[in-house]
Amino acid sequence: MRLVLLWCVTALLPFLAGSQAVAQEDLLRTTSDPGVRGGKLVIAQRSEPRTFNPVVAIDQNSYGVNARLQADLIHINRATQKTEPALAKSWSVSKDGTQFTLKLRRGLRFSDGQPFDADDVLFSFKVYLDEQVHSSQRDLLIISGKRVKVEKLDAYTVRFTFPSPYAPVERVFDGLAILPRHLLEKDYQAGKIGQAWTLNTPPEKIVGLGAFRLKQAVPGDRIVLERNPYYWKIDSKGQRLPYLDELTFVVVPTQDAQVIRFQAGDSQIISGLSADNYAALEPEQKTRHFKLYDAGPGLEYNFLMFNMNSDVEGRLPEITRKQKWFLDVRFRQAVSLAIDRSGIVRLVYRNRAAALATHVSPGNKAWFDSSVPVPVRSLPHARELLKAAGFSWNADNTLLDSSGQPVEFSIMVSSSSAQRNQIATLVQADLKAIGISAHVVPIEGRSANDRLLNTHDYEAIVMGLVSGDADPAPDLNILESNGQTHLWHLGEKTPATPWEAELDQLMQKQLVTLNYQQRKQIYDRVQEILAQQLPMIYLVSPNILVGAQENLGNFHPAIIEQYTFWNAEELFWHPPAGK
Amino acid sequence: MKPLTPAFSGLRSTNSVPRFTWAVWFLLAIHAMVALAGFVAPYSFETQDREHPYARPTRLHFVDCSGKFHFHPFVYVTKAAENDLNDYQQDCAQTAGIEFFPHGDSYTILGMFSSTRHLFGVRAPANLFLMGTDGFGRDQFSRLLYGGQVSLFAGFVAAAFSVIAGLLLGGIAGMYGGTVDDVAMRFAEFFIAVPWFYLLIAVRAFLPLQISPITAFLLVVAVIGLVGWGRPARLVRGVILSARERNFVLAARGFGASNAYLLRRHLMPLTFRVLLTQMAVLIPQFILAEVILSFLGLGIGEPFPSWGNMLAQAQQYHVLVSYWWMLLPGLAPVPVFLAYHSLAETLQERIKSNI
Repeated sequence: MRLVLLWCVTALLPFLAGSQAVAQEDLLRTTSDPGVRGGKLVIAQRSEPRTFNPVVAIDQNSYGVNARLQADLIHINRATQKTEPALAKSWSVSKDGTQFTLKLRRGLRFSDGQPFDADDVLFSFKVYLDEQVHSSQRDLLIISGKRVKVEKLDAYTVRFTFPSPYAPVERVFDGLAILPRHLLEKDYQAGKIGQAWTLNTPPEKIVGLGAFRLKQAVPGDRIVLERNPYYWKIDSKGQRLPYLDELTFVVVPTQDAQVIRFQAGDSQIISGLSADNYAALEPEQKTRHFKLYDAGPGLEYNFLMFNMNSDVEGRLPEITRKQKWFLDVRFRQAVSLAIDRSGIVRLVYRNRAAALATHVSPGNKAWFDSSVPVPVRSLPHARELLKAAGFSWNADNTLLDSSGQPVEFSIMVSSSSAQRNQIATLVQADLKAIGISAHVVPIEGRSANDRLLNTHDYEAIVMGLVSGDADPAPDLNILESNGQTHLWHLGEKTPATPWEAELDQLMQKQLVTLNYQQRKQIYDRVQEILAQQLPMIYLVSPNILVGAQENLGNFHPAIIEQYTFWNAEELFWHPPAGK
Repeated sequence: MKPLTPAFSGLRSTNSVPRFTWAVWFLLAIHAMVALAGFVAPYSFETQDREHPYARPTRLHFVDCSGKFHFHPFVYVTKAAENDLNDYQQDCAQTAGIEFFPHGDSYTILGMFSSTRHLFGVRAPANLFLMGTDGFGRDQFSRLLYGGQVSLFAGFVAAAFSVIAGLLLGGIAGMYGGTVDDVAMRFAEFFIAVPWFYLLIAVRAFLPLQISPITAFLLVVAVIGLVGWGRPARLVRGVILSARERNFVLAARGFGASNAYLLRRHLMPLTFRVLLTQMAVLIPQFILAEVILSFLGLGIGEPFPSWGNMLAQAQQYHVLVSYWWMLLPGLAPVPVFLAYHSLAETLQERIKSNI
């Protein structure tokens, strides 16, 4: 009997300690619907996360799982696309916009029960900024080539000093996980932090401030997370989040297989649905008790791009010859006008997509410039432009360049994307109407990337990019002439054209402009230039299509990644009716 | 009348040997339809009707919406619902009768004759999609016929490659024997052992981007054919080995005939029946090889159809569960294979009965 009593007291200790801690902890009260604790949720992922280490994670699957295990100082609310307090309770900005002081929540604990304070923040940013660690987050903390300075003012106050005013400063903190210094400092000092927290690390050694903690990892099969009893959010009734007891990520490699698993009830959430699969699932919503959601155009943009890299000269003569066409803006404009974007929206996406004029989709409400018109297909206008650029047609309606050569090129497309293959086929048919012979070449994804980024051995490509955030800052890498992913002309030392020089200036200017209205005006001008010069011929942005079991509470799909489970801590199962 | 040589005599139809059956007529008919695809098909293989993606096979009517019977078959104009592209509604007020020899998309037959006249069709805005449409609104029936040009042609050309290569190398090996025979046969065994599927994937991957889909396809066909020459070569060698000791060959040699003359005039004609059977066996195998390659995206590219790349669309779950007509290209090779196998069997039996 005494033994049983002792066992009961021991078992209840963490809960007693937890309830005592609630009084001392600086908890965040959410505004979502209060839910019911308990239950499990299974989510299918295309592949397993590569690591549990947020410092070296670079793949979406790792981000998805790690964001449940870890927490950041300031977080972007995926539904509102705005920043909100997380581990930082509040913050203030200096008048010159360079100093950013954060007040941390007091009394919080990591998932192993150890306390959290400013030393953990300092340690985390030391790791992220260390060049030897090769963290992908480091780029975010280097402004104009200079590092962000991090200081501890007291145990719960930290100051970040930026080398110059930095407009998206609050958004930088989203996704920068605060690491447990008490666990990782030894690894860091031994120069092994990059190798820490692999899929084989014992679950109890992986610790964070996220809503869940690792329970089990079966490589290649599933990752099981359990609720973190020390999590720092409570609902409007004062109930500690998360509601779910377990969150499981299972590996289901293809979308078709994911659809089948979802239909069978093996997984309760599905995201990234193609419009075709959405249409196939739609009639079964009532009988199988799930609900599909169309969250509207996301941040993905698909485009046709010509190879304008200058390093092909002398190396790839055929591409060099064709670049005379590609570099002429009238040719690009004519191609853009020949493409039936509404046809792509209708046939490839079943009207669940938006035609684009630039890379900013209508889903990006804060930055979308609605005054830039989406090109409407006009073959006469396209022909006029081509004629003005010195092109002509022979009796067979074949387009000939000024030297009498037929205009013919290949369009490379990743074979793994059914939608982009369909887009390429439609573009091919559209271009035939103005006498251009385009060959669609589906090619394995890695090989396509190699040609795009390294060898530059391609003529045109249909591809898509997904912006990680609604803010213009991540576009810097693509739009700036010396950007790492300035895809249409990689390795450009100085702007090759006056409009690229203007783009460079505008992108730098928006980065240091703190006033939203002024910043929006600058970014509108960026969009005007892109729509006019068409370095990429923007085509469509697909809608974010997802689904969930109908009794899943607080399910609010978003258009920013982790579309469906970004608020996993708030998700709960409605009890069956009558209970 | 010129008497038949021993090589061809085996193909004569007599009461004691099996007759060529339906297979020959069927194969002739299907090859003729495919060769004349431009004329038989109501549309071009690349014509997209973007208002009719995944349209069901068009229903031919004899009875109209008001219940009145018509002797002449007709179709209704259909239109997709605004909010549901799978829901095509027929307009009872707009009909179009089936017409013979109407004008339509231009085409060329065998690269020689150009025309715009088709065997049958309907007037716009009505459509005649006998096997429905794909996701681009392209007529599946028309694409199936054009696709047959690729798939059947691939099988035939690749088999011809194999047989010709087999005849040359097997003939030389059988005739000369010794080291020549050893080298040629080890070479043949090597090609038999080569995992052709992986070889084809490798070859396709090495091809540059800039070549046209047709060129890429022909190269792949050439590889299928050249990899497949090993078996015919061994068969030919066997026939030559036994035939070179026969009296009429020895007599010819006694009169001073050279090896080359003996091969050309007396021995190679003896392999004709064996090779014909081999052709009938290899063609369906190679058609299937092309279908598999195209199914996996390694064959001919868009917009050109082949039975394999048409069927590839059915790999997608939504196609599989929603559009049954997209599976029809998978059925097309079945009667062709059966006919070829029946033909091969008949040839085999005729050879046996002749022996």
